[in-house]
Amino acid sequence: MTLTEKYKPLTDAAAASGVSDLQVREQDNVLYIDGVAPNGEVKDQLWAKYGEIDPNFTGGDLVLDIKTSIDANVTKVKVTTESSNLNIRKGPGTDQPIVGKAAHGEVITLVSRANEQWWQVRTADGEEGYAYAQYLTPEA
Amino acid sequence: MKMTKVFLALLVAGTVSFVSCKPKDADVKASVDKVLVINPDYSNAVVTVTDGVATLTGEVKDDATKAALEASVKNVKGVKSVVNNTVVPAPVAPPVIAADDPLTAAVKDATKDYPGVMATVKDGVISLTGTIEKSKLVKLMQALNGLNPKSIDNKLTVK
Repeated sequence: MTLTEKYKPLTDAAAASGVSDLQVREQDNVLYIDGVAPNGEVKDQLWAKYGEIDPNFTGGDLVLDIKTSIDANVTKVKVTTESSNLNIRKGPGTDQPIVGKAAHGEVITLVSRANEQWWQVRTADGEEGYAYAQYLTPEA
Repeated sequence: MKMTKVFLALLVAGTVSFVSCKPKDADVKASVDKVLVINPDYSNAVVTVTDGVATLTGEVKDDATKAALEASVKNVKGVKSVVNNTVVPAPVAPPVIAADDPLTAAVKDATKDYPGVMATVKDGVISLTGTIEKSKLVKLMQALNGLNPKSIDNKLTVK
């Protein structure tokens, strides 16, 4: 079975759920699926599909890079850590000093999206810095 | 009487020559189809022939194939001219693979909150060892898949 066939339920679901800029290509026995999901739910659904094909993601033959489309007008993000406070750092990287913290569930201001991983934020106390984007959920 | 016969003969000859014009396009198309069948690069090209004009549509892999196809069809007997409407699909960009240094830094950031997980990076491949809870696995894998790795060698033990 080719990789394209193996992951066909996933690529079909991506195409059907409104993923834009969808690209599927194979190189050196790895399938690369890139795209932008209209929202976080669609991204999670696609990952659930991936989990149906490869429950613990051990195949080593797929790189699934589904980003989530974010409205450029979004200015507020919610801290969606598991339970802990979120570190706010001086620069984009865990090697950067911590300049502040945002509480779990707190809604803070999104200043800019520096890159896919690190977003520049500001707390209600005026602490400004970079936080790991995976723990931030845009507020509608 | 004699005139009628001549007239009839002319009529028959005229009809035959008129009819013989008609299947010509079909014959030419058949000849072009033979050319298309020979070369697998032409398998997605389609030809129609009208009054000796061969119109090509469908897809060919590149501009060179497109030109070669047109030249081959021009040489087919009965083809007066070729309208080449075949299209070359836009090239698919190869996947972006991050360099090891930025990837190592990004992997360090992404795995920081997973104390049981050890990660190394070599030649774009992220190798994972250690243990992780099932509930946290998807979140970690989502983060790592977004860092443009070449691949992910996941040897994590899932608790």
